[in-house]
Amino acid sequence: MSSLFGAELKTVNIGLASFKETLDAVKAPAVQVAWKPPIDADPKAMAVLRSRKAEIAAANQKAAAILLSAQPALVGMGIAGEVIPGMKKNLLLHAGPPIGWDRMCGPMRGAVMGALLYEGLAKTHREAEALAASGQIEFAPCHEHQAVGPMAGVVSASMPVFIVKDEEHGNFAYCTQNEGLGKVLRYGAYSEDVIERLRWMEKTLYPTLKAAIEKLGRIDLKNIIAQALHMGDEVHNRNRAATSLFYRLIAPAVARTTPDGETAAKVLEFIHGNDHFFLNLSMPASKAALDAARGVPSSSMAVVMARNGTDFGVQLSGTDGEWFTGPAPVPDALFFPGFTKEDANPDIGDSAITETGGLGGFAIAASPAIVQFVGGTPEDALNYTLQMYEITAAENTVYQVPFLNFRGTPTGIDVIKVVEKGILPFIDTGVAHKQAGVGQVGAGVLSAPAEPFRKAAEGLAKRLA
Amino acid sequence: MGAKGVIKKGEYFDSVTLMNVARRLGAVAGVTDSAVVMGTAANKSILKNSGLLLPEFAGAGDTDLLIAVQAGTETALADALRKADAYLKESRRGSSAKGGLRASSLDGALALLPGANLAVVSVAGRYAGGLAMDCLQKGLSVMLFSDNVPLETEVELKRFARDRGLIVMGPDCGTAIIHGVPLAFANAVRRGSVGVVAAAGTGLQEVTTLVSNEGVGISQGIGTGGRDVKTAVGGIAFLQGLDFLAADPQTKVIVLVSKPPDPDVLEKITARAAGIGKPMVAVFLGGDPAALGQGRISAFATLEAAATAAVFLAKGQGIEKSSEYLARRHERIWELAKLDRSRKKASQKYIRGLFSGGTFCAEAQVVLGPIVGAVHSNAPLQGHPKLEDPLRSVGHTVVDLGEDEFTVGRPHPMIDYSLRDKRILAEARDPETSVILLDVVIGYGSHPAPLDELGPVVREAIAVADGAGRHLSVVCSVTGTDADPQNRSLVAKGLEAAGAAVLPSNAAACRLAGEIVRGGEHHV
Repeated sequence: MSSLFGAELKTVNIGLASFKETLDAVKAPAVQVAWKPPIDADPKAMAVLRSRKAEIAAANQKAAAILLSAQPALVGMGIAGEVIPGMKKNLLLHAGPPIGWDRMCGPMRGAVMGALLYEGLAKTHREAEALAASGQIEFAPCHEHQAVGPMAGVVSASMPVFIVKDEEHGNFAYCTQNEGLGKVLRYGAYSEDVIERLRWMEKTLYPTLKAAIEKLGRIDLKNIIAQALHMGDEVHNRNRAATSLFYRLIAPAVARTTPDGETAAKVLEFIHGNDHFFLNLSMPASKAALDAARGVPSSSMAVVMARNGTDFGVQLSGTDGEWFTGPAPVPDALFFPGFTKEDANPDIGDSAITETGGLGGFAIAASPAIVQFVGGTPEDALNYTLQMYEITAAENTVYQVPFLNFRGTPTGIDVIKVVEKGILPFIDTGVAHKQAGVGQVGAGVLSAPAEPFRKAAEGLAKRLA
Repeated sequence: MGAKGVIKKGEYFDSVTLMNVARRLGAVAGVTDSAVVMGTAANKSILKNSGLLLPEFAGAGDTDLLIAVQAGTETALADALRKADAYLKESRRGSSAKGGLRASSLDGALALLPGANLAVVSVAGRYAGGLAMDCLQKGLSVMLFSDNVPLETEVELKRFARDRGLIVMGPDCGTAIIHGVPLAFANAVRRGSVGVVAAAGTGLQEVTTLVSNEGVGISQGIGTGGRDVKTAVGGIAFLQGLDFLAADPQTKVIVLVSKPPDPDVLEKITARAAGIGKPMVAVFLGGDPAALGQGRISAFATLEAAATAAVFLAKGQGIEKSSEYLARRHERIWELAKLDRSRKKASQKYIRGLFSGGTFCAEAQVVLGPIVGAVHSNAPLQGHPKLEDPLRSVGHTVVDLGEDEFTVGRPHPMIDYSLRDKRILAEARDPETSVILLDVVIGYGSHPAPLDELGPVVREAIAVADGAGRHLSVVCSVTGTDADPQNRSLVAKGLEAAGAAVLPSNAAACRLAGEIVRGGEHHV
C-alpha cells in the first residue's frame, strides 16, 4: 500500500462528478473520467472476445499496420462502366450498406432518378421513378465495388471517376468528381440543370483533368492530406486547404494540356469555386488504404462505416464482406437559414470512410474552424479527438494534429473497444434535406449509432466461437 | 392534464446530474410530476409506480435517457420538455468548462495524471466491479463508493489488491480521508496522530470529526465497506488498514470502527493487534464491549466514547481521564433533561428518532436501550423489535432513512431532506411524541445548506406541538467541523435559534433524548 500512502494522493474519479469538485476545492490533484456504460452486447459473445484477447490484439495490430502503410495516390481517371469492377449499364452504385428502392430515403431516390435521366434510361422523372421501382435496375453499395460516394453516392456507368491506387499494396479505389454545393445529384436533386452540370463534368471537366493527371503521372494524396491537417482541414467537412493544395499541383498541368485557354480557365474556376472538391479524393484515398487492410482473420478493426440515409453499416477486417447495420440517426446540426431538424434526412453517405481511416471527426482537433461551424469550442474539438484515441487500434504515422504536439490522429476503429467503453465513433458531416432535390440543409456532428457496432462485435465472436 | 415522454438514445448522464435536472424540472410552472432517468429495468419499475412509464418508453434500454413530464396543459408540457433539454445541455457545458480536459477512460486519465495512485469509483454496481479490477491492474488502489457489488466480486478484488500491495476500500464505502484529503462524503478535519479504520461510513465521519473538534487530528481515515468484517471477506481491507496504521510513524493512536465482526474475523483482528505497540481503541457498534475488547484493544459501546478515548490517548493521558470527561458531560445532559421533562404532558411518552446515517440509528439503539428499554427500528439491533411499517412510528422508534425502502429512486437523505422534513412534522402532530431526535451530517457531498431547509421545519414542528398545548423537544447532533463548507458552529447556532438542542455528538443527543423521556431517578 506504499503506492497509496507513501506518496501524494493523486485521484482518478470515475462516476459522480461532485466528488471531483470536492478534490478541486481542497486542491488535490485529480482527473475526472467521463465514464459511460458499455454497450449492451450479448455477454456470451463478449466472453468469447475476451478469451481471444491476445489473438484479436495481434490481428488488429496487423490490420492497422497495413492501413498505416498504405500509399494512396491519384493515378488517373476513367469511365465508371469501363474501370469499376462489375460495373454495368443497368447497375447503380449507392452509398452505405445494401438497400432496395422500397426502403431508400428521399435524397437517395432523387439521386437514383437523376442518374437514370443522365444515363438516358428514362426521359422524365416519372419514367425514372417507375423504372427504378420495376426491378430492372440493380442496386449495389459502392463499397462492394471498390468505390465510395459522398451523400447519396450514386454512381452510374457513364460517370467519370477518379482512379486512386494504394501504391504500397496495389489495390484501387474509385470515386466520382465533386459537383459543388447547392442543387446537386448527391443531395438527391435531378432537375435539368443538375443533369446539365453532370454532362459538362463528363464532357469538359473529366477530359481536362484526365489529361492533366496523365501529364503529372501521379498525385500523392497522402501527402496532400497530411499537409491539409496542418492547415485547418479534417478533409471530411472541411476540404478548403486540401482543395487549394490540389489546385496548386494541377493548375500548371491543366494549362499545359488543355488546347484552349477558356476551357482551362473554366475547369480551374470550377475547382476554385468548390471548397469540397477534394472530398472526392480524400474519400477514395481512405477507401484504398482501408480496403488493403481487409481480410485479416480475427481482426475487430472497422474497414467501413457507411450510411445510406436509412441504415448505418459497418464492416470489419476480420468478418469478410459482412454488413452489420442499424438505423441511421439524424445529425445534430447547425441548419442553414430556413431549415430545421424537421427537414433533415437521417445520416447519409460513404464519407464516414474518412473517420474510419483516422480523419474527419477523428481529426477534428486539427480543424477548429469546423467545430465553431457546428456550435462548439476548440476545447470540444480537442476532447472529441482525445476521446477517439480510446476506441482506436493505432495512432497515425503521417496524419497529425498540430495542437496535440503533432500526435498522430486516432486511426483504425476497434469495435470491441467501442462496445466495452460505450464510446461511439464521432462523425462530422453534411446534412441532406429529407426530400429529394432540395439539397444540403446544414452541417453537423453525430455519434455513430450503437447497434451496428454491437452486432459487429457479436458477429466477430460468432466466427471465433 | 397530460403526460409526455421523450427517449434520448444512447445519452448517458450520471444519476446526480439527472436528479438535479429532475428537481429543476419539477419547479417548472404547470408541471405536476416528472422524471429524468436512464432506462434501466429498476428505473422503469419506479416510473411504473408513479404512473410515468409511458408507452413511448417501450423500446428503451439501459443506455437510453428517458424524460417524462406530466403537466396541466399542452403548453406547459412543451415548455417543460424544452427546459429539460436546456438543463441537460447546461450540465454538459458546466462540466466541460469547469473541468478542462476530461478523460473518457482510465487509460486517458492516467495519461493526463501520471502517478495517479487512487481511483474513486461511483458508477452503477453492475459495472463497478469490472472497473475496479481495471484500476487495480493498472496499479491503483480503489475506493469503491458503489453499492450492489456482488460479494464474490468484493472478495476477488480485495484478494487481488492485497497480493499486489494495493487496497480496495469498499464497496459501499461512503467516506475516507487519505493524507487529509476528504473523499466522497467526508469532512475537513485537522491532520494529526489518530488513525482510523472503519467498516461503517458514518461511523468514520463521527469519529474523525469528534477527534478533530477536540483539537486532535487524523492521520488517515481508511474505510473498508461494511461487509469487510464478514467471514466471507475475512477482514482483508480492515487488516490491511490496521497493518498500515501500525507501521505509520504519523499514527500514535488507532481507532477501529465497525459493527460486530464475525467471530473468526474478530479473532484475526485481535491476533494482529497483539503485535502492535500503539494504543488501540475500538467501537463494535451493537456488540458487547466486554466480549469484543480483547487483548490489546480497548472496546467502547459508542462512537463518542471511542473517539474521546482516542483524544485523551493522543494527548498522552489515560483512558480514565476520558471516562471522567464523559461523566461530566452526562451530568450536564441530565440537568438539561430535567428542564424539559417538567414541561411534558402525560401523553408525551416517546422518542422518535429520524436518522440519515445508518450508524447513528444503530448507536441510538445502543445508547437508548439501557435508558428506555426496547426501541422499534426498521434496522433493529439484536434485542430490539422490528418496526413493522417503516412509515409509522410505534412507541420509541428510531428510523434509518438511508435504508432501501426510502432511497430507491431518490437521493440519499443526507442530500435530500424532503422525506425527513415531512416525517418530522408528522411526528410533531402525534400527541405521544415527546422528543424528535435527529442527526445532521455536514461536510463534502452532503446537503450544502442544511439550515435553510431544516431550520424552518424545526420551528414549525415546535409550533405545531405548541398549538396543541405540548412542549416538543427537538434534539440533534451536527456531525462535521467548522472547516466544512457548511461550518458546524453556524449550523448548530442556527438550529438552536430554531429551538433545537444541539449536542456535541450523536451519542450525547441520544442520551439527552433518553433522559427526557425516562421517568425516575438520576442514573448515569
